[in-house]
Amino acid sequence: MEFQDAQKFVVESFNELTNKFHQVPGSEILIRYIQSSYQNDPVRSAIELILVIFFIRYLLAPSYATHTGNFVTLTEEEIDDLVDEWTPEPLVAPQTSFEKEEEQKLPVIVGPSGPRSKLSNGKTVINLASYNFYNFVGNEQVKEKAIQTLRTYGVGPCGPPQFYGTQDVHMKTEADIASCLATEGCIVYAQAFSTISSVIPAFCKRGDIIVADRAVNYAIRKGLQICRSTIRYYEHNDMEDLERVLQKVVKDQAKKPLTRRFIVTEGLFETIGDCVDLPKLVELKLRYKFRLMLDETWSFGVLGRTGRGLTEAQNVDASQIDMLVGSLAGPLCAGGGFCAGSADVVSHQRISAASYTYSAALPAMLATTASETLNMLQATPDILVSCRENIKAMRAQLDPRSDWVRCTSAVDNPVMFLVLKPDVVNSRRLSTEEQERVLQECTLANGVLITRLKSMPVAPGSNGKDEAWKLQPALKVCITTGLSKKEIEKAGITIRHAITKVLTRKTSSKLSLPGV
Amino acid sequence: MPQRLPRNPFASSTTSAVIIPPTDKPAVRRPSTSKGNRLSQFFTSSPKSKEQQTAQAALLSAVAAQQQHLLNNPSPQISAPSLSLPTISLSTAKGGEANMDEPPTTLFQPPSVAEAKRQARVDAQFGPLGSQSHRYVSKHTGGQLVEPVMDEPPYYYLLTTYISYLVLIIFGHVRDFFGKRFRPERYRHLKAANGYAALNSDFDNFYVRRLKLRIDDCFARPITGVPGRYVTLMDRKTDDFNEHYQFTGTYTETLNMSSYNYLGFAQSEGPCADAVEETIKKYGISASSPRADAGTSDLCLEVEDRIAKFIGKPAAMVFSMGFSTNATSFPALVGKGSLIISDELNHASIRIGARLSGAMITSFKHNDMHDLEKKLREVISQGQPRTHRPWKKILVVVEGLYSMEGTMCDLPGILLLKKKYKYNLFVDEAHSIGALGPRGRGVCDYFGIDPAEIDILMGTLTKSFGANGGYVCAEKHIIDKLRSTNAATLYGESPTPPVLTQILSALKIIDGELKPGQGEERLQRIAFNSRYLRLGLKRLGFIVYGHDDSPIIPIMLYNPAKMPAFSHEMLRRKISVVIVGYPATPLISSRARFCVSAAHNKDDMDRLLSACDEIGNVLQLKFSTGVAGGADHLPDGVTPEMEDDWRKANGLQGVVKAPRWPLREVIANGVQDVKQPLR
Repeated sequence: MEFQDAQKFVVESFNELTNKFHQVPGSEILIRYIQSSYQNDPVRSAIELILVIFFIRYLLAPSYATHTGNFVTLTEEEIDDLVDEWTPEPLVAPQTSFEKEEEQKLPVIVGPSGPRSKLSNGKTVINLASYNFYNFVGNEQVKEKAIQTLRTYGVGPCGPPQFYGTQDVHMKTEADIASCLATEGCIVYAQAFSTISSVIPAFCKRGDIIVADRAVNYAIRKGLQICRSTIRYYEHNDMEDLERVLQKVVKDQAKKPLTRRFIVTEGLFETIGDCVDLPKLVELKLRYKFRLMLDETWSFGVLGRTGRGLTEAQNVDASQIDMLVGSLAGPLCAGGGFCAGSADVVSHQRISAASYTYSAALPAMLATTASETLNMLQATPDILVSCRENIKAMRAQLDPRSDWVRCTSAVDNPVMFLVLKPDVVNSRRLSTEEQERVLQECTLANGVLITRLKSMPVAPGSNGKDEAWKLQPALKVCITTGLSKKEIEKAGITIRHAITKVLTRKTSSKLSLPGV
Repeated sequence: MPQRLPRNPFASSTTSAVIIPPTDKPAVRRPSTSKGNRLSQFFTSSPKSKEQQTAQAALLSAVAAQQQHLLNNPSPQISAPSLSLPTISLSTAKGGEANMDEPPTTLFQPPSVAEAKRQARVDAQFGPLGSQSHRYVSKHTGGQLVEPVMDEPPYYYLLTTYISYLVLIIFGHVRDFFGKRFRPERYRHLKAANGYAALNSDFDNFYVRRLKLRIDDCFARPITGVPGRYVTLMDRKTDDFNEHYQFTGTYTETLNMSSYNYLGFAQSEGPCADAVEETIKKYGISASSPRADAGTSDLCLEVEDRIAKFIGKPAAMVFSMGFSTNATSFPALVGKGSLIISDELNHASIRIGARLSGAMITSFKHNDMHDLEKKLREVISQGQPRTHRPWKKILVVVEGLYSMEGTMCDLPGILLLKKKYKYNLFVDEAHSIGALGPRGRGVCDYFGIDPAEIDILMGTLTKSFGANGGYVCAEKHIIDKLRSTNAATLYGESPTPPVLTQILSALKIIDGELKPGQGEERLQRIAFNSRYLRLGLKRLGFIVYGHDDSPIIPIMLYNPAKMPAFSHEMLRRKISVVIVGYPATPLISSRARFCVSAAHNKDDMDRLLSACDEIGNVLQLKFSTGVAGGADHLPDGVTPEMEDDWRKANGLQGVVKAPRWPLREVIANGVQDVKQPLR
């Protein structure tokens, strides 16, 4: 009975629908039109209807395959089993013994970080590990200015620059840097480390070509990684190789549509300390129509007569460099980074550089401190002269005199990189890790604190083979004007002796190891 | 916008605030000198902006007279009520304290002019609490987290929104077409020249050039001074449709609804600032070294220890920037062979960190636990693509509080799934830390969940603590490992001593160690303000997104032209708001966002509500249907539990009345109604 009821209901509602349809004005015309256009053939009309339905379904379906070809269809029970079975690895790998050792030896400074710093073990050491080249950390004038800023602006700006985070002090710092470098504009970031990593992807997109030095620092590498451009490397600081790469790129791209091309390199290399030949670089970039991104994180505030960086030191107009990236945190002892360039370059970053747009602005007091220390360098270039004298004094104690290490830094670089001499490494067949261990032991000796170049972190899950560039382990000695020339010389002797002591001792211990 | 200035009810104050000439080199100035501005706030507590505008001339003279009167003969009636109320202990720093602790005789000893000025300055950064009843404890009421109802406007508004964008795009192309032919010099940076490819792609730049530029004056408004309860904007004008701006040299003090100053620690006075000053004197400005070299100070360790205790995790590490905390944390945690499952609305820093890590990335629908479970079942059963090998790790990444939506993550739901699917959980508490929970410990505290259940708790120190930087909290062995694998620790600058001290003293205040009672008051004030404003906006008829206790309150504008209109109208009423549109939101759902702070008081919220009420009428923004809240009171004798029966009895089932409360009623009923579950 129920079935019949249902049937009756369907028929009735169908009839009702047809009636309703016939009542709609113009329905007769529609029916006549369809009948005549399909020559009264209901089969043909049905096929066309199916086609229409298929077409609609096709349009609504996602335009890409939701699953790749090797998707395995599983039942719910199987999935439950697989879920139960799955055991993830621990979130982080255990610490290696070297990491543990290093952590225990990490110096903890109690109180201010100055040329003489007190460590948590109670000892006061000569601190040649901080980038406090001009001893701005202890400068009373700088402190006074910071306190004034604190009492006017508070500490944090509490918002990203685009949403009421831009304060007048930021604009002043930007103007100060731009006028110091004589560029059209400048943009200040909240952290030096993430500046270049953000500047690169702001301009370089998929399909663009970047030619980079093989030894660029970690931040640049991350910027290169995220921008999805085609990367070509040239041998470290080898201008001939650079020219070869540029020629090749130009030749390969001759028939393709024009894309943006960039050269990315550093002023003073963070991991080696040497200096790039800027006039040659600018000549090449102009000849082959590349844009130049120069990371002056370690050279701005260091090189040049008044600390304006590599451009001043090598007499190159800073406006020749398309994007000049620098740090306000290192030599200037404030915080944040900047990118100077033309007005277009700067305004483009304000909306498309991730770490500018999506991050809170720089605290006001760090911005005013940067302006202050920058002005101090401009006004009293003698600070730089005395720093260079100290560098010279330290170098004289280490580079020619030590049998074990040599300095790879440029002459004016206050960060002195000491690497083991090639014959030492070769004769003892020291692996990179062994060199790191040896050097780690030299970092705190007889009351002189120096530091070591940290190797780039290896991504979890990677086998470490894809890293084409291996850093050479090095010691870092950071010069400061907070110490007299005599004290620097004394510290230099201490460091030299410490290295000798460790290496002579290491010989015996290494030889005593079984199987070596 | 120069035409804004004459309408300014306190025009006399802006002119008196002229400190620097309108040059391109803004000199450092101290807001303390703009005394007119500070004083003017005494008269802004009641929401009368409409009357003020109509009776502008009368008001102007009255203000001038009263100011003069106050300066010549400061009388207790005119001085801020805060000074005479014994309840206000919060906003008064050292200097004011002596005054406060005295018996009521203070009522009859009006403060000197200097004292009044100082107090006005303090109040501009942190408003006095009007009444002890304006407090609320931010806590989840138990049960499952109910997703907020997403109300929708009539189709008319959606249609006009699409048409608006269409018109904008067509106009943009027409202007480009003629512009490229007649004024090619303006398109030079978009064209290949001299063998160099264009710096920006023409296509990518279209949005910026033709859409954003039109409303560019609503963004990046430069400010000066402390972004506290009030924020001082530097007035600027443009002669070439937002291409360039000139500073007029005047300043406008506005109510700050835009800064992430949740607990009101953006202050240049008070215990935090005093501690920071001491630190600058002792430590200097910078640590001048990365953490792994010689940038680790005793202060760093103390702050890390304090943060770990605050969060309830064994260990913590701090960074000098919140953005890079995320950008460097993911590469240190996961890599090839791992999977990151990320909420689709996660912040850009998470996306960049995830991409840098080299792990596979997939996303799930915002806060949708069913979608997350579906994704999890699929990825775990399928394994890695192509090889089908099991994933090494799966990291689910969510935010505690979403900055554009105002929604909280469904932490209980996520933890339920975590037990079953064994993934690791990363919660970004950038906006929720300090802003949520009875003790300000973020989402865990809000839901009453043990932080140990979450693997990594990350957050920023920029927002609630008025400092800068970020932190990561986890088990000790995880932090120990991260210290040697996180790039920002190895190469990035370490947080500066003043910033560390600001964090430390803010945490001490929240914990009640410094200025007992103040931290609690801050937490309860932001909770009250958030609920009060949200309920008020709903009752007025706005479409409001987000959860009830969230201090981020977005209201929907839809039409693109309403974004600048809303922002300008608010600025005319001396309120600074953030407007957000495409591409930060979906195309149609342009919105204005209010960030509530503990520095605000009920008067500020009322002022904002009254402004919203007026603007909402003018701009036709009151289009809520009532499904998402703002309903009328139940009749006397009907409790919320009886509501269903009552509706049945009166035949009101399924009847939803569009809420259009008059402002008077909203303000009159707000305080007691926020204490109940919002309806």
